[in-house]
Amino acid sequence: MIEIKNISKSFNGRKVLDDISGVFRDGETSLVIGASGTGKSVLLKCMLDLVSPDTGEVFYDGREFLHKSEKERIDLRREMGVLFQGGALFASQTVFQNVKFPLDMLTKQSEAEKRDRVEFCLKRVGLEAAGSRMPSEISGGMKKRVGIARAIVLNPKYLFCDEPNSGLDPLTSIKIDELIQEITQEYGTTTVVITHDMNSVLSIGQNIKFLYQGKKIWEGDSNSILTTHLQELDEFVFSNHALKQLRG
Amino acid sequence: MFRKFGKFLLFLYELFTRRESLKVYWKRFIDECMMIGVDSLLIVCIVAFFIGAVTCVQINANLVSPLIPTYIVSNIVRDMMLLELSSTFMCVILAGKVGSNIASELGTMRITEQVEALEVMGINAASYLVLPKVLAAFVMFPVLSVLSGFIGIVGGYIAGTATGIITPEQYIYGIRFSFIPFNMVIPIIKSAVFGILIATISAYKGFYTRGGALEVGKVSTTAVTNSCIAILIADYLLAELLT
Repeated sequence: MIEIKNISKSFNGRKVLDDISGVFRDGETSLVIGASGTGKSVLLKCMLDLVSPDTGEVFYDGREFLHKSEKERIDLRREMGVLFQGGALFASQTVFQNVKFPLDMLTKQSEAEKRDRVEFCLKRVGLEAAGSRMPSEISGGMKKRVGIARAIVLNPKYLFCDEPNSGLDPLTSIKIDELIQEITQEYGTTTVVITHDMNSVLSIGQNIKFLYQGKKIWEGDSNSILTTHLQELDEFVFSNHALKQLRG
Repeated sequence: MFRKFGKFLLFLYELFTRRESLKVYWKRFIDECMMIGVDSLLIVCIVAFFIGAVTCVQINANLVSPLIPTYIVSNIVRDMMLLELSSTFMCVILAGKVGSNIASELGTMRITEQVEALEVMGINAASYLVLPKVLAAFVMFPVLSVLSGFIGIVGGYIAGTATGIITPEQYIYGIRFSFIPFNMVIPIIKSAVFGILIATISAYKGFYTRGGALEVGKVSTTAVTNSCIAILIADYLLAELLT
């Protein structure tokens, strides 16, 4: 379980995150949603300590993260897997090497063990045949899947996905969403997904936090999001014409 | 200005903290040596050859006094190549090739979140990515400098003898005349220092890139100009110290 308490962050006097608190539970896919520029990615980076928040605390299974020593933070980070927006694959390495990289750097496993693990993870994301290809030779959806394989290769307790559907067609988006949810349930990870994709919200949103102008103004699930009457949330959720018609 | 310099010093400090295993660095070091050294061989050879040739022709054109012996042409070519052209001039050329390459590589890694991906894994991205480049530049720049000095002197020989400026015997005599062995060490020291300057400045610029593709281009240009300025200042200081 991840708990965030009173996270605030400003850039050049502009408040991007304003006193955000919340809980992300184990084995559950939690979504942080909101329009572009509402601070979703900054919140994720604060949770990972890639950006230092001005105030606030983050607890991973009760372990305070942001104010620990560097070594303790590094140890805790090794329990996290992150899927970045563009996949963040290392351009000079093959797909196989990209997935193997965390094992090379952070474990003392034998080459055979590493190979088995990488092959397992690539198979899990449906890319067992793409190991020898370079990131520049694969599609956007495949890059995301390789990113997921790399994120889960160390069996993380916490999985973070930053806009996993950005730049993907609807069908591939659904497949990526399903993959994230399956992995969350299989491994019992605490999964945090940053998105503004309503398909994801409705299909995998077990717990949803809605950010508006840097504040968390609503929390619920994929069923309650369609029935809640809150102007800011309505504007976001029903910006899609088809959904507007569905609501009547 | 002072703030930026302080940030640069902190960046250098970061390179030597939380280092990975030597095995990890060794492979990256070899790769960087290939990129910085081997991939620069052709440009270094071409530039050095023509610098040597032009220097020989220019000196001959400007030393027309019958009181000056002809072998002085190759003597000056030797000293110019060893003391200045094979190190300073060559490193300014390499700042354009290697410096922009380092800055754009790291800049692209930054804007595509590859640097963040390393940091999230608990890896010191600055040390992992930059330290092998700095060490490779420190080792390969002197090698390239020695090579360029040799090629430049050969270029002068070919230009001088082919055009009848100087005979082969006079050229060889001039190269050996009043030779100071320490002059062989000067370009090695200078190019090692310049290599470190180019690698660290370019890496610093690339590592802290913010924005998109446009900014990567900008930092690449800034890295080259800043490296060139640093080379020229260091060249003056080293000239004062070493001669």
